[in-house]
Amino acid sequence: MDGHNVLLSAFFFLAAAVAVVPFARRGGLGSVLGYLLAGVFIGPYALGLVTNAEDILHFSEFGVVMMLFLVGLELEPAKLWRLRVPILGMGGAQVVGTALVLALIAILLGQTWQTGIAIGMALSLSSTAIALQILNERHVLGTTAGQSAFSVLLFQDIAVIPILAILPLLATGLLDGSAVAAASDDGPAWLRALTVIGVVAGIVLAGRYALRPVFRFIAGSGIREIFTATALLLVVGTALLMQLIGLSPALGTFLAGVVLANSEYRLALESDIEPFKALLLGLFFISVGMSINFGVIGDHPVLIGGLVVGMIAVKLGVLLVLARAFGLPGEQNLLFSFVLAQGGEFAFVLFQFAAAEGALTSEVTEMLVVVVALSMATTPLLMILLDRVLRRMRSPANQREPDKIELEGHPVIVIGYGRFGQIVGRFLSANGVGMVILDNDPDHVEVLRQFGVRAFYGDATRLDLLERAGGETAKLFVVAIDDKEKTVATVQAIRERFPQAKVFARARNRDHVYDLWSAGAHFTHRETFDAALTMGREALVALGEHPFAARRRARMFSEHDEKMLADGYAVRDSDESLVKLSRQAREQLERLVAVDKGVTPAEKDHGWGD
Amino acid sequence: MGAPILVLYAHPRPELSRVNQAMAEAVRDLPEVVVRDLYGLYPDYVIDVDAEQQAVRQADILVWHHPLQWYSGPPILKEWIDVVLARGWAYGHGGTALRGKLVLSAVSTGGKPEAYQREGFHGHTVPDFLRPYERTATLCGMKYLEPFVFYGSYAATETQVHEHAEAYRAHLQSLAKQRAAEHG
Repeated sequence: MDGHNVLLSAFFFLAAAVAVVPFARRGGLGSVLGYLLAGVFIGPYALGLVTNAEDILHFSEFGVVMMLFLVGLELEPAKLWRLRVPILGMGGAQVVGTALVLALIAILLGQTWQTGIAIGMALSLSSTAIALQILNERHVLGTTAGQSAFSVLLFQDIAVIPILAILPLLATGLLDGSAVAAASDDGPAWLRALTVIGVVAGIVLAGRYALRPVFRFIAGSGIREIFTATALLLVVGTALLMQLIGLSPALGTFLAGVVLANSEYRLALESDIEPFKALLLGLFFISVGMSINFGVIGDHPVLIGGLVVGMIAVKLGVLLVLARAFGLPGEQNLLFSFVLAQGGEFAFVLFQFAAAEGALTSEVTEMLVVVVALSMATTPLLMILLDRVLRRMRSPANQREPDKIELEGHPVIVIGYGRFGQIVGRFLSANGVGMVILDNDPDHVEVLRQFGVRAFYGDATRLDLLERAGGETAKLFVVAIDDKEKTVATVQAIRERFPQAKVFARARNRDHVYDLWSAGAHFTHRETFDAALTMGREALVALGEHPFAARRRARMFSEHDEKMLADGYAVRDSDESLVKLSRQAREQLERLVAVDKGVTPAEKDHGWGD
Repeated sequence: MGAPILVLYAHPRPELSRVNQAMAEAVRDLPEVVVRDLYGLYPDYVIDVDAEQQAVRQADILVWHHPLQWYSGPPILKEWIDVVLARGWAYGHGGTALRGKLVLSAVSTGGKPEAYQREGFHGHTVPDFLRPYERTATLCGMKYLEPFVFYGSYAATETQVHEHAEAYRAHLQSLAKQRAAEHG
């Protein structure tokens, strides 16, 4: 591919995505189906604009790797540990059960038992990309069904390793010398096991102890794109390392993500990787769409259709039994089963591998690739169908209790945790208000963490980061950053992006208050006003004024000043008017104080002269 | 034990006061007396309950010293009663901290004494209006003394005010002496 072709292909990909995906999403089909359709359009069997689907498929599979990294970031080690039963139990039972049933059917259909087992194993895997994307898009990853589905997908990722080891053994020249040699030419088994353990331990240790200082150093340099580059480097590096030792790259980056889930860089990493993941995943879905071989479908329409329906039915059946056995509540088992009923992207790799090893014939492989690709396309459709069915079942008497959302959603996001933000934050948290704390000084965040404050590093003027922090569900933002212009820009951006939330902003001075009001802040306060007024009040007391009188005067002053501030907003652009206003206000205040002191008789006497 | 008399002085505008401020000044230097200016101590109406209970515990005679406004004391005195005279401390189960102490209301009125008669302008006497304070004291096991009242502050002369302040001083002194004699 020369440079010109790359650009042209990129153009077609982007154009297809832009043209199709928004409509698919609007029409309730979901983005996955949109991408697949876009792929079909530009693929060899429709417009034929792009032809090298396979290369792109391989390249864009990296989106799945990134997705797993992001999933890992959301999953703290403790949470992962809680999932051990669903991962090993449900995951194990799903892979083994599905593989056996499918193998049996394949053998009954006339395949040899070796081929049957190879097919069963390859088809037992589901599509992480499609399932997670759909769960994400529907915000149900935190529900019981979402967590269970994720657990099964995770186990499948692990299962790929033994499957790759078994496939050569199933080659038709079964157990002859060459196959065994091929399986073990990486050296003795104990050495491989040792390497794997060493690398995994290395990832965990590096994540724990080495990565945070590195990120801190990089973040401290203040060059944003280098932070992004570091994040990418981490993901790519981990993936390469895993490939080198023959493990699933997705599994490796997932592990790296889990290790970093507790770190202050979680939100920043997530928002840096997210766009790459989203694009690559989109590209991946497009290339799946492109690789659907309509030629094969045309040759055996009934057979292919039957295989797709049959495979999905078997997978669905096994999953439903599992869901029942593991006690998933009510509709959760349907969601869980439907979202995992397709064939996985890893099947493509396994088929090629199996074909190369001689475990499958090229004719069977070609057909199965089409079956898997079609089954992927059916998932979004099945989900729409499921919604319909559930809606009918639910209405009106069959109401169910809402899904338990386990993902944390804090009502308050504090941006900037310096001298000002800290007081607001400590006060709110003393009152039991949950919050996400963001600060863009890595050293400061490090210190906060030492004091047990769960602060995150991140430049909060980035909306993607705020989204990651839960901006869409937040009730209130506290913007307490030093920089005046940045504060205004942040307030404006939050108001536009998260209109449901209230925005409270720290103001430097009067002009800044006006700017913040214009930007849409709901509440703003001049940062030094109360402190200065308190000092003034205490000074009055020290000079002999009665404390209660000093309190009243301070109150008077503050109310008056706030009123003048509000009055000045309308004429903020005219210095002359502001000066006039301020002179009037001062005179008025002097009159009020004189009355309070009893120097001028009050219009309304309270009668405290006794 | 500290001074036997605790004066809880409640006046929201002491700088404008003629009678009450003079009274407070007249007793401030007495060794038997501690004056606590409630508005001065708690300008934000947030009362330090521990400190107040400590002060009460050390005294034998409490004085609620305030002008009568709208037939009652100023709001901070009500707040003081609400939060300091806590259940389990001042009354109720185990609430014995105040038992046997004396309470004196030292109040001033704007109107003349004849206005505070059953057939007068206000229709009730000052002790009538102070009934809630009396019941409060009684409920906590304290003895409520005859109120010490200054009538007609609006029209009072300097001499009258001065004389009343001195009389207040003498009254407190004699109460303290009497109490000391009783206790032997």
